Formats: sequence, C-alpha cells, structure tokens
Amino acid sequence: MNIHIPTPLRVYSDKQDTVTVDAATVGEALDALTAKHPELKKHLYSEEGKLRSFVNVYLNDEDIRYLPEKESTRVSDHDALSIIPSIAGGLLAAGAGAPLAPACC
Amino acid sequence: MLKLNTQTYDAIRHHGEETYPHECCGVLLGRSSDDISLVVDAIRAGNTRTDSAHNRYHIAPHELVKIQRDGRKRGLDIVGFYHSHPDHPAQWSQTDFAEAHWLGCSYVITAVEKGVAQKTNSFLLTGTTEEDKAFADEPVIVETQSDSLHRSGHEVERCR
Repeated sequence: MNIHIPTPLRVYSDKQDTVTVDAATVGEALDALTAKHPELKKHLYSEEGKLRSFVNVYLNDEDIRYLPEKESTRVSDHDALSIIPSIAGGLLAAGAGAPLAPACC
Repeated sequence: MLKLNTQTYDAIRHHGEETYPHECCGVLLGRSSDDISLVVDAIRAGNTRTDSAHNRYHIAPHELVKIQRDGRKRGLDIVGFYHSHPDHPAQWSQTDFAEAHWLGCSYVITAVEKGVAQKTNSFLLTGTTEEDKAFADEPVIVETQSDSLHRSGHEVERCR
C-alpha cells in the first residue's frame, strides 16, 4: 500500500512523497515505513511510543484513531495512508499582543 | 522567500476580509526549491473553531488530506498555510507557534482591521524538530502577470 508523506517529513524519507510498503494492517504499514526510514520514527512517535498528538494518520478518508480496530485495522494494496500534521493557531495569547496600531505603515 | 502572483495574494487577503471578524484559514499549494517556495494556488479551508473563530483557527485534518491529495494530482505540494488576525497585527502569536508543526513551510498572516486587509507577512517555520523549531521572517515577493514574464516582482514591505 502507499503511504503519503507530508512535505516536512520528506527529508527523512529520501525526499519521496509516497512510500510503498507491504502490510496487512495499519500498524504493520507504519512499522514497515519506520523500518525503511528510521529517522521518521521520532517525528511520528513520542518517547512512549504513541503517535504524537499533532500527527494525524488517515486510512483513505478515516482518522485511524476513530477506526474501531485502530492500528489493527486490516488494509489492502488499494488503500492509502496519509500522514498529516495538524494545522491550527490564532491570535489568542498573542505574543505580539497589542491590537493594530492605527499608524501601521 | 515566498513567491506568489497578485491574484493569489489578493485572494488570501480578500478571504480575511470576507470572514472578518472571524479568522480565515487556507492552504498554499506550490513547489519548493532551495530557499524559494513558489505558490501556485491558495485553497480556502473551513475554520473548525466555530467556538472561538475570532481568535483561533483550525483546519480539519480530513480537509488537509483532501487538499494534499488534490495537490498531488496537480503535481503540487503543500508549501504553507495562511490565516488572518482580525484587528491584530500580522505577527505570529504564541498560539500560532505552539501549534505550528509543518517544518520548512510558510505561515502567512494578514492583519485585517475593521474588515479591511492591512499588512500580510510570512514566517518560515525553521528547525528540524519540535524542540528546535522557530519562526523566521520570510520575504514575500508578489509577481504581476507581466512581472512573471520578466522573472521579477516586488517585495512586500514588512510591518506589523
């Protein structure tokens, strides 16, 4: 199956945007990925071995965290995994703090 | 350095005006090489933080998956993101920094004052890990159509 690598992590996947692995489950696929590209492991997993909180893994269009069997979910060659770091933010607790100055530029 | 054409630059800023007083957000698709990210398209995304949309944004991961997939079909990568700061400067916040995880990508912020777009700045998320990441000011080059033919453009002045 194919695993799609997001741009920030391609430096650890020999610049490949897609890595193909042989696997029967989601967990096996991720294990095969980090076996092929060991440097990816610390970027995907915490020291406790859990997926980092900001790393999302999707099996096709489903977040694996919400799959009934999670990483034990069976996969076929036609499935694809996507690794997607989260994207969020906003001006709450702004370091810059102050509202817009009227004379800005 | 972030390069984009006038149409894309204006679209990002108009998005912030449309969603005011709420934050807008979106994804920049393009190509990166060396120190230049060329933005080909800006894709609007929904802000899932409807509970606090005036000062927070979040893009649903499933929407990112779709945008990444569509980009791949077009030969484009996710090279950055954009959002607006209603009535606040175009500077990254502690929240922006804490929740920035796309190392090597651009984070574009537009200040929108009373519904009108002001400055647009870009910040490159540098570093190799969560522990050593940092935001660096990134020049923004806006190319007009005629500029593109001559491989030139004008750099947007940075300001709060």
